[in-house]
Amino acid sequence: MSLNNVFNISGSGMNAQSVRLNTTASNLANAQSASSSIDQVYRGRHPVFAAAQRDAMNIDFDTLDDGLPAASGVQVMGVVESDAPLQRRYEPHHPESDDEGYVYYPNVNVVEEMSNMISASRSFQVNVEVMNSAKQMVQRVLTLGQ
Amino acid sequence: MAISFQNALGIHDSALRIRAQRAEVIAENLANADTPNYKARDLDFQAMLQTAHQHQNRGLDMNVSDSKHVSGGATLFSDDELLYRNPLAPSVDGNTVEAHVEHAKYMENSLAFQSSFTFLNGKFKGLMSAIRGE
Repeated sequence: MSLNNVFNISGSGMNAQSVRLNTTASNLANAQSASSSIDQVYRGRHPVFAAAQRDAMNIDFDTLDDGLPAASGVQVMGVVESDAPLQRRYEPHHPESDDEGYVYYPNVNVVEEMSNMISASRSFQVNVEVMNSAKQMVQRVLTLGQ
Repeated sequence: MAISFQNALGIHDSALRIRAQRAEVIAENLANADTPNYKARDLDFQAMLQTAHQHQNRGLDMNVSDSKHVSGGATLFSDDELLYRNPLAPSVDGNTVEAHVEHAKYMENSLAFQSSFTFLNGKFKGLMSAIRGE
């Protein structure tokens, strides 16, 4: 029954949004992690979303009506590091400062991360609501003929 | 007049099935609300219901070698009914999902599912009272 797929789809959406929330938390926590070299400094991380393709082997041959969607749910392809320019600040008294007195700060934009956080939590909420009303629909079907 | 479930239930069981399929399609749109280049999809409920009604006794029929054999079989749906939605305001990343629109469609579909269910339930209740003879 196709209503059961809603749980998988919304579950994958919730998983993707929680990965996004995790990277946002990591970015915000490390927004002020200074380093003395360009290579070691923390860089902002962002997940890449893609529509998950339906497994061709999983087509339900019992009912033969399962040719419907080309994709099912969302998957996280990976987490990429941002290549935005790092912040180079002159702080000669910083213990991590290099020979010239500069330290490197991550390329995390705090405002951007905050809006990302709000967007992720709203999308998560939407998926929860979809799952909830699918649950109600299934529960109603179970009372059919009673 | 032959009494069969197909005659008794009418269009409501097809409607309920298509509503469930539509719920799946819209749930997928909502899950992919932040996926770049994802195109929102939907199905034409009316057209699908018509095909389902026309194809009720077609599709993959069972072989009948005697007039007393019961006809039956599976109904086949193709990918054709799945259409792409026209976005009200296109976004930069190529995603055409508008969460508020999809949310509204999902809720509307859920309510329509409930009303179809109520009709179907009424049919079953009618059959039950006919069987019991109350």
